[in-house]
Amino acid sequence: MAMKATEIEELILQTFPNAKVTIEDLRGDGDHYAAQIIAEEFRGKSRVQQHQMIYNAMGGRVGKELHALALNTSTPKE
Amino acid sequence: MEDNTKEKIQNIIKDNEVLLFMKGTPVMPQCGFSAAVVGVLSHMGVKFNSVNVLEDAEIREGIKTYSDWPTIPQLYVKNEFVGGCDIIREMHENGELTNYFNEAGIKV
Repeated sequence: MAMKATEIEELILQTFPNAKVTIEDLRGDGDHYAAQIIAEEFRGKSRVQQHQMIYNAMGGRVGKELHALALNTSTPKE
Repeated sequence: MEDNTKEKIQNIIKDNEVLLFMKGTPVMPQCGFSAAVVGVLSHMGVKFNSVNVLEDAEIREGIKTYSDWPTIPQLYVKNEFVGGCDIIREMHENGELTNYFNEAGIKV
């Protein structure tokens, strides 16, 4: 029940190669992370949809292998 | 998900204007993320009902498929999925949540 921050980043980048991804291990236990993702693909999507896109990119791991991944999603500023 | 689970979930959501699927109860949350959303709603003075997913394995798994959302808590307002812990916190901090409830006709 744990993942490395680099694994999370790689999974997200596989789906969103141009995204800017910042991962923080919140408790140092490899099971509670916060991720900030800035991606052009989020444009025009609701916040729920943006988070769903990341959960899909994570391939069903969130809520299972990974207990918590706090998400902050946004689009690149001009 | 079985049809009767889906129907059960649909009915609970329909019957409760503001509904929180959570781990534990508002008085005794069993998870920090659920506690955080309870905290926001209580702070705003919003009346809500809750479902303790730890008491119902069928709903616990079913709601994840139903919302296409892998984690608990999940907040529904008038049949609409608003978000999980991060979204509710973010909406609360930037004032969006108050507007959301106002527009939905929910007293805050």
